[in-house]
Amino acid sequence: MAQLEPIAENLWTNEAEPALIGGRLPSGKIVFPYPSGDAAEGVEPYRLSRKGTLWSWTRQDFQPKEPYEGPEPFQPYLLGYVELPGEVIVETRIVDCVLEDLKLGMPMEFVVAPFDATRSTYAFRPEKA
Amino acid sequence: MEDVYIIGAGIHPFGRTDGRSGRDQGVYAVRQAMADAGIEWTDVGCAYGGSAAAGSADIMVNELGLTGLPFINVANGCATGGSALASARNAIAAGEFDVALAVGFDKHPRGAFNAKPREYGLPEWYGQTGMMLTTQFFALKIQRYMQLYGISRETLGRVAEKAFRNGVHADHAWRRSPVDLETILNAPMVNDPLTKYMFCAPAEGAVALILASGKKVRELGADAVKIASVAVRTRPPGSFEVFAPSVDIENGGKPTILASKAAFEQAGIGPEDISVAQLQDTESGAEIMHMAENGFCKDGDQEQWLREGRTEITGKLPVNTDGGCLACGEPIGASGLRQVYENTVQLRGRGGGRQVPGSPKAAYSHVYGAPGLSGVCILER
Repeated sequence: MAQLEPIAENLWTNEAEPALIGGRLPSGKIVFPYPSGDAAEGVEPYRLSRKGTLWSWTRQDFQPKEPYEGPEPFQPYLLGYVELPGEVIVETRIVDCVLEDLKLGMPMEFVVAPFDATRSTYAFRPEKA
Repeated sequence: MEDVYIIGAGIHPFGRTDGRSGRDQGVYAVRQAMADAGIEWTDVGCAYGGSAAAGSADIMVNELGLTGLPFINVANGCATGGSALASARNAIAAGEFDVALAVGFDKHPRGAFNAKPREYGLPEWYGQTGMMLTTQFFALKIQRYMQLYGISRETLGRVAEKAFRNGVHADHAWRRSPVDLETILNAPMVNDPLTKYMFCAPAEGAVALILASGKKVRELGADAVKIASVAVRTRPPGSFEVFAPSVDIENGGKPTILASKAAFEQAGIGPEDISVAQLQDTESGAEIMHMAENGFCKDGDQEQWLREGRTEITGKLPVNTDGGCLACGEPIGASGLRQVYENTVQLRGRGGGRQVPGSPKAAYSHVYGAPGLSGVCILER
């Protein structure tokens, strides 16, 4: 995916096996995304787990209004929440599967996926057995 | 605190009214509420009101009269109406005024709401990648709930079927024709598992309530209902709310549970004492989950409740007797007050074809919205 620009900076790590960048609050609590502005004070960047379990899911069947910037013509897409054990539950695009494949608690893994012709975003997909 | 009563209720029909601004719909509702209460604008001591997308409420003095009254603009998202009501109630309970107005109105463009990430303190990518939609939140919340507690798609359909059936009898409702279960279940999907008929749509409308002290009620001989409690609460840690890029792994409380508890405590009654309830039904799943969050049933019992018709107008606990948001649409600033309007109608026995039988004595309303807040109001006759 070297030719695609990430949709935002510092959302995931730049390494061979990238992972989302969350934050660890002084209380030990893990948050995502890493906070901005004054809310970032005292928050350490935290590399989130690449593996988790499916917490909930849905399919976006109509084209959202702006600020959505997805490619035209609109294609329905999957999204949901993935629980990263002991860390946090993150909202994410879900790729490489169809709605009917998805089951509560199924193992999921992190992946960087194309968003449009020029940009990439983060997603999770069912873990390959 | 002194008891506070609702003595007048007015509503501008919900739906679409081309050529009439949201605020003008508000003025219409205020005039109707004053006529219902038998008072003049000069009798109103103070006013609270607002909208989410149709401008400030205080400009209404241009149409209603320059009496010099304090008119506070409320901008509290989905709780705008609830917060206006709570403030108006407190102004009278504090003994400062004998008559107060709470008004909410709105006029939204067609189609789903498109929130701006910045206004919610969220990064731009969250909106750009198409994850910041209210409809998705409701689908994600009910999807998980259905898996955990065995709620079927058919039960989601039954909630919508009931809403349209009840809306037939409500003059102020937008959708006034019944829709059968099969049509609801087979309609185009919005966000799985929720079809088009299971979602309310942004709309227009206005509601006004005239509140008064006991002294004023006696003076006017008004047809009054008592405000037993009003509680507005924001989210506690660990709750799952709309517009959340992440959720705590430790499952926490919910704003609805907090508001509901506070309202029942204030009123000194429990869920078993309620004879009619208006629960936030942004979509079918919300009504189901809110039945449990407000303490009316256990998680999962909704499957049986809906199958047995317990939330029908003739059931044990009628829910959303005017068709709720599903039949009325959702003008954000007016929606919470519509529920209180409907409860006032029910307690006064003026519901006509949708009247709950047996002279209901206690009525409950619950509004929920972004970014995780709930407002509950209990009325008593």
